[in-house]
Amino acid sequence: MYNAKAVIVGIIIFAGIFSAPFWVNFNGTRDYKRPELELPKTPNEKACIESAEFMRANHMTLLNEWRDQALRNENRVYVASDGKKWTISLQNTCMKCHDNYAEFCDKCHVTNNVDPYCWTCHILPKGNK
Amino acid sequence: MNNSRRSFLKVAGLSVFALSSGVAGLANAAQVAPGRYERGANALHAKRWAMVIDTRAFKSAEEYKPIIEACHSFHNVPKIPGKQEVKWMWLDNYDHAFPDDLSEHQKPSLLQAQFPLLCNHCTNPPCVRVCPTQATYKMEDGIVAMDYHRCIGCRFCMAGCPYGARSFNFVDPRKYLSDPVPNPTFPTRMIGVVEKCTFCAERLAVGKMPACVEASGGRILFGDLDDPSSSVRKALADNFSIRRKPNLGTQPGVYYLI
Amino acid sequence: MLEKLLTGQKRYYAWLLFLLVVIAVCGIAYLQQLQEGLSITGMSRDVSWGLYISQFTYLVGVAASAVMLVLPAYFHHYVKFKRMIIFGEFMAISAVVMCALFIVVDLGQPQRMLNVMLHPTPNSVMFYDMIVLVGYLCLNAIIGWVTLEAERHNVMPPKWIKPLIYLSILWAFSIHTVTAFLYAGIPGRHYWLTAIMAARFLSSAFCSGPAILLLLVFIVRRLTGFNPGKEAIKTLTTIITYAMCINVFFYLLEVFTAFYSGIPGHQHPLVFLFAGHEGHVSWVTSWMWAAVVMAAASLIILIPPTWRTGPLLPLALVMLVAASWIDKGLGLLIGGFTPNMFETITEYMPTGREIMVAIGVYAVGALVLSLLWKIALGVKKEVGNFSD
Repeated sequence: MYNAKAVIVGIIIFAGIFSAPFWVNFNGTRDYKRPELELPKTPNEKACIESAEFMRANHMTLLNEWRDQALRNENRVYVASDGKKWTISLQNTCMKCHDNYAEFCDKCHVTNNVDPYCWTCHILPKGNK
Repeated sequence: MNNSRRSFLKVAGLSVFALSSGVAGLANAAQVAPGRYERGANALHAKRWAMVIDTRAFKSAEEYKPIIEACHSFHNVPKIPGKQEVKWMWLDNYDHAFPDDLSEHQKPSLLQAQFPLLCNHCTNPPCVRVCPTQATYKMEDGIVAMDYHRCIGCRFCMAGCPYGARSFNFVDPRKYLSDPVPNPTFPTRMIGVVEKCTFCAERLAVGKMPACVEASGGRILFGDLDDPSSSVRKALADNFSIRRKPNLGTQPGVYYLI
Repeated sequence: MLEKLLTGQKRYYAWLLFLLVVIAVCGIAYLQQLQEGLSITGMSRDVSWGLYISQFTYLVGVAASAVMLVLPAYFHHYVKFKRMIIFGEFMAISAVVMCALFIVVDLGQPQRMLNVMLHPTPNSVMFYDMIVLVGYLCLNAIIGWVTLEAERHNVMPPKWIKPLIYLSILWAFSIHTVTAFLYAGIPGRHYWLTAIMAARFLSSAFCSGPAILLLLVFIVRRLTGFNPGKEAIKTLTTIITYAMCINVFFYLLEVFTAFYSGIPGHQHPLVFLFAGHEGHVSWVTSWMWAAVVMAAASLIILIPPTWRTGPLLPLALVMLVAASWIDKGLGLLIGGFTPNMFETITEYMPTGREIMVAIGVYAVGALVLSLLWKIALGVKKEVGNFSD
């Protein structure tokens, strides 16, 4: 191979840099603490629309689906698997109970380094910034 | 030989099936939520929503102001000074609202009057035709709606709209809104997206008439254009009405009684 | 072939460094735009497109113009163009890169731009524009690279490249046609609502693009001694002359239709551009008249054969490029949006920062062009296909 040494060294350096995030976080799980969320203190409802496991894993895709159903199909009511009906609204349904943005939403978002920009348009409940 | 060919065909057939069903699955993006979706119980329905503005019932431009204010404060529309403003409903004079009508000698009261302008919710909306992401789209009931989440801010719709009904958020609109915003139950928009009148789709969904209709005290009618017994059809049958730029074939859904 | 980039005179590196500095400085203006939104531009509710989209439009034409070399060479076997073709193809690549960047800097929410692919919308011309531009970029990159590589090894290009070249010829017409359809399909914008828009775009592209190419080749000739050949320059100049005549003719057709029909809507944009509105004369009027004078002067030099081949040629080409740029890069957008939808006037003038962002995009294009042409020149020199 032409310039074999330089090429191979280059490939190794590139592979190293490219996979750096994996190496840096190799023992990252040891220091990882699961964030402790503050559940709604004065809930208007007994339980969330679906199970906690489902919401934890799928709330973001559920919100996307709510948005498309409400805006495009005029389906503004969600009938949960237990038969209870909910008005589809991030601002006026979800945030009515989950009114502590910093201690609920942001706890996980910050830990997982995600930065959703819902609040550039939607209004946070009073007392949150 | 034969055997291997058969097994090859089998594998090939299976892979094609798997691939195509995978593609189909992507296209239909299965529902995530375990529940189901339905319309609101109180929602108002129509085959084709339309608005009739009885301009004869308004004595002066001042009388439109509370109506526009009702719309803008309900939808958290910011008051931005200058040419980069945002407006859903606004006033302009006869020449500008109906530039195709070239009769110079109309009634002076008509030529000097101000007319409320808003999105026409066209039957053939050019804005929907040109939008590259379906961020603006036409709903079954004739309302031309917008999904601000999807808008990339290319402003093709603004070039396409013959009525100047669309506004672009050149700046962060929150900078020009009070804190808290006028209506905390309704979102604002963000920088870099286009917005416009929605015919209050979110109010119709809970059984309320649009904000401007409610504030007009019966001088703005709203109803189903496809229903011959609706208030709008009766008003159009009994009175002379005009629409803005009818020769473009967009079929506006806003009628003016003059 | 990339190693050709690594050897050069000091002035080559100085030029690259200069471009990088320009890109960095203008990049700051773009960062400000990301922060403060498009409010830093001169655009408004009534004039919602401006300098960015007009530069995009102009550069699509420059990209398409490569076909004026490729078509004679491959459809008519005009071998004299063969030495210069690669420069046209590489210029097309740089132009398409600038087109894409101008679209991106114009977006209000650039991080969402892939929505165009995520939610493909066949009823939007923008969707097709995305497809044809990406396709044209790939075609030129593949064709340019493969043919240059073949030239370097002194072999015939592989057979499979031929269909791609033929496709690229048709494709070049399509990119500018689709760009014209962005405008020509919009109801209510009188200046744009004309069936001849695509034809006008193509004619203006086929004069201005080759003119830019020739001017750049003249600069390269002075700097490196590369000579595309006297005959090639002569033929290309003839093509430019015909295209410019057709371009001016098409524009006059618009003027005739607007004024003889007497339809006010069709007259207003032309009146605004060339005479102002109700006593108010816009800054763009002087530019439009400058374009008229330069277009006429360039034709006066280009039409007589002796002048066309004489020392005045570069001057004629500069004036031609300036005139076509004012027509398409300023007048087209401003005339389309003024008078606005209410038949009133909202003035548009690009702001300093808007111009800076545009210059930054041009600098990126110049960088891409410099690097690609450096490779091409290096290969031409190596194989001795450098001058007569």
